[in-house]
Amino acid sequence: MTEMSIYENNVCFDLNQNLTGGNMVKLFKGLVLAAVIVSFTVFGSIAKAADPIRIPVLNWTSQIVMANVMAQIFEEQGYTAELVPAESASRYEAVRIGDLHVAHETWESTMALPFYEAMDKGGLIDAGSHDLITFEEMGIPNWVIDEGLCPGLPNWEALKSPECAANFATADSGGKGRWLEGPYEWHTDVMPNRLKGLGLDELWMVKFAGSADALWAELDAAKKEGRGTVIFNWSPNFTDAAGFTFIDFPPYFEGCRMENGGTLETTGCGSPKGWLKKAAHIKFPITHPAAYKFYTKMSFTAPQIGLMADLVDNQGMSHADAATTFIAEHRDLMDRWMN
Amino acid sequence: MFNYLKNSRQKQFIFLFTIFLILYFFIPKNENNYLWRLPPLLKDLPLMFNVLLDNLMFNWFTIPVWDPDWQMYEDKTLFRIITRSISNLVLFFIIFIREVFLGGFQTVNSILGDSITDANTWISIPALPWTAVVIGAIIIGYKLEGIRLALLAGIGFFYVSVFGQWEPSMQTLSLVLFTAPVCFIIGLSLGVWGYLSKRVEAALQPILNVAQTMPHFSYLVPIVVLFGVGDHAGSIATIIFATPPMVRLTILGLKKISPEVIESGLMSGCNRFQLLFKVLIPTARRDILIGVNQVIMQCLAMTTIAAFIGAKGLGFNLKVALNSLKIGKAAEIGICVVIIAVVLDKLSLAWANKQKDYFANLNFYQRNRLSIFFILLTVCCSVVAFIASYFFPEGFNYLYLIPFNKGLTVSPILDAFVDWIWNTFFYYLNSFNIFLLTNVLGPMKQAYLNMPVISTFVLFMGAGYIIGGLRSCLIVGSLILFIALSEYWDRTLITLYMATFAVGVSAISGIIVGSLCSQNDFASKSILSICDFFQTFPSFIYLIPVILLFGITDTSVMIAAIVYASVPATRYTVEGLRSVPSSLHDAGSMSGVSKLQRWRLIDLPLALPHIMLGINQTVIFALMMIVLGALIGTEDLGQLIMGSLSRPNGAGIGFTLGIFISFICLAVDNLIRTWADERKKLLGIE
Repeated sequence: MTEMSIYENNVCFDLNQNLTGGNMVKLFKGLVLAAVIVSFTVFGSIAKAADPIRIPVLNWTSQIVMANVMAQIFEEQGYTAELVPAESASRYEAVRIGDLHVAHETWESTMALPFYEAMDKGGLIDAGSHDLITFEEMGIPNWVIDEGLCPGLPNWEALKSPECAANFATADSGGKGRWLEGPYEWHTDVMPNRLKGLGLDELWMVKFAGSADALWAELDAAKKEGRGTVIFNWSPNFTDAAGFTFIDFPPYFEGCRMENGGTLETTGCGSPKGWLKKAAHIKFPITHPAAYKFYTKMSFTAPQIGLMADLVDNQGMSHADAATTFIAEHRDLMDRWMN
Repeated sequence: MFNYLKNSRQKQFIFLFTIFLILYFFIPKNENNYLWRLPPLLKDLPLMFNVLLDNLMFNWFTIPVWDPDWQMYEDKTLFRIITRSISNLVLFFIIFIREVFLGGFQTVNSILGDSITDANTWISIPALPWTAVVIGAIIIGYKLEGIRLALLAGIGFFYVSVFGQWEPSMQTLSLVLFTAPVCFIIGLSLGVWGYLSKRVEAALQPILNVAQTMPHFSYLVPIVVLFGVGDHAGSIATIIFATPPMVRLTILGLKKISPEVIESGLMSGCNRFQLLFKVLIPTARRDILIGVNQVIMQCLAMTTIAAFIGAKGLGFNLKVALNSLKIGKAAEIGICVVIIAVVLDKLSLAWANKQKDYFANLNFYQRNRLSIFFILLTVCCSVVAFIASYFFPEGFNYLYLIPFNKGLTVSPILDAFVDWIWNTFFYYLNSFNIFLLTNVLGPMKQAYLNMPVISTFVLFMGAGYIIGGLRSCLIVGSLILFIALSEYWDRTLITLYMATFAVGVSAISGIIVGSLCSQNDFASKSILSICDFFQTFPSFIYLIPVILLFGITDTSVMIAAIVYASVPATRYTVEGLRSVPSSLHDAGSMSGVSKLQRWRLIDLPLALPHIMLGINQTVIFALMMIVLGALIGTEDLGQLIMGSLSRPNGAGIGFTLGIFISFICLAVDNLIRTWADERKKLLGIE
């Protein structure tokens, strides 16, 4: 049986090699090459002609609705707009080289770094800020305060009590209370350092979640379980509606953190208030001038962004419908920004 | 002593393990001790990869290109022009297919140019009403197999549209309808080329191995750098993932052709071209079409991953739903992915099994009966949809396109189900979780981290030597050496610990479930369908709800990995046990074995080589899920691979770590495959 199959293989191989092989490979290569070249020349140039405004959509509600609002306004102005699913930090590189035209929600604390890195390399411009102050900090859902799981919150001094920390323990925290931070690459060691700086590291530990999704799942899980939870969160966000309180840490000042040259005494400081910027590709003002004018004038407030999220999350609209409704309710504002 | 060891492999392994333990306990922990940890000589590798990409995209071979917007010449690199024209090409086709289903004017716009379309805004492709698409699916199903398949295809698409997932489903479908043919063409070409030339085949093997074992996330960033974000990037990532099985099956199919077939082709006077397209490929048709089937399944398995770099459709909506923890909604979308997968799977399998019919002398009507029906019915549907637009005043024409979120929904029921599971099981599961973390997972992780590098090498290379001789020993050793020389060895150990646990549990549960189900026909068929379901059901959906039950801990990652990785173990066990010839069963019964004895002494040893290949797949599946588990929160290689997605310079690190994971898979693969091949030869199955 084995001998037989070896014999077969040999014959097969010889046939191919001698009668068909060499030339066939050549013919085959030629065919493929020709097909590739033809398709390139024909379609590479054709497809270039369509140049819609490409707006990134990320995975949180207000951002998607705002992208839809912009898309609908741009279409009203006579442009075509395309919504492109993207990732929050890598989109600045895409804006820089022109794969995307705008990045309309740029948070100071998490996205300032890639934003300015892209600006340094050239190709990304700052198109102004929204009319609101963003804030990102560790915090607790309101029901944690209401249930009295840690009396004294939101003042951080309340965290010093061991009874309080015990209410925030989980299976893998080794008896300590757990802070759930966002993914490690968001702020690296800021939170572990803060615990050390405040002298809380005997009672509390930091666990890094893998994604924003994991943060919200934890919020839900803790509520069901009736266990306290301290998670990293930001505002404006959809959690605002359900009630979320940030912990009051010692005030932030320039250089208080370890990585900015601070010491162990100062690194307990809280987070800074930040801006919410809009970024654009450098050619956007030339290729789509009217759209760019609207984009620079566009400046949403926190309640407006909250409304965008609310229309979808609580009223069950689709993102596009929410955008249409939002535009209809703020018609005068949109007109002012367009003219 | 030597002779004593020579004859028994079992004793060799015991000896190896003893050396391993001695080294484990007697090597001092010291960063400067090369037996404890190797120096990170290769730590610049990610950096070099980044520099290479950067230079290719922005520095090397620049050509001045006239930019009409700036009114000036701009330096663009040749490489970037090439990759971007590929992007444009791909995007053009995807948008074209999408506009056939959903309507739009981008295709017309890009062919005719802005000036014409701006003046005539009515020029656009109208959407096909969903009713027409459903009818189309029914007709294709009928033509390929018959009434059963027609019903399945019809109900599948009907479900998708009624549940308000029409638009994202068609977006996903358009991506698949472009990507799958491209995979087919590339896979077939490479396969034929590999068949014709031994050298090409040898060169293809390692590339295919790496492409199949590398976690998807590690090549997403390089793709974004090279091709940009958008549907085209998602499509290209899918092509990398879905083409390898096509290549392999093409080579396999062509190799099976007996020389007589080729001879008869030559005798009939075929030229080279005819021999290839009229003799070789049609003869290997079945294997090739099974390859197509694999391609389609892989494409749908990638939908959620492709959404990370800009693919629209079900995957993206699923991510959004999960982000606000709408698990019911997410599950509903996931079911749509499975339905599309099942329909396409059955259609392509039916196509694979369909014999070409050679009836001549049919007139035009007889030959094209079904196409004519389809065209007539499409016109009817369009007319109905047009008339219906007067009856739905609020702007949603339910007979044309059912808008997203306006269809039926079962998500409240699914949500209630999740709540019920939580309420019923949480407290038991929580105490189990605490037990597992403190008594099993925690100590196991520490044990792995305390392992000196030399003992890891002794274990792997020794196993290689025992199983496959010096060759295996060196291959496995060099694969691991590459990882050990980086600065990520500790993280690799954590990945290894999670993989060992997940693979162990999946393998045991897979073999047990598989053995039980293979006892009768119905159970085997059902379990294979369940395996199909879990293979295409986007794993994201249970990744997040698991957190509700087990918190952000390693347990959650393990559970998700075990659910996913048990699939191949179960599937291969069922297949392996079912293929044991019944004559052997009879022979066993005559010798008076009990059912359990038969399983232990006859079935299992015979099926074991095949089952081990399943375990091989289990390793790959488990590692993929562990990387994905970084979304929950891990501290292993996966965390850095996922993190690389959101870093501007993440390409190098993501890609390098992806190769590490791939090398782990390849090392395991080498050991298992060598063993299985030898064993098969011994048992006379092949």
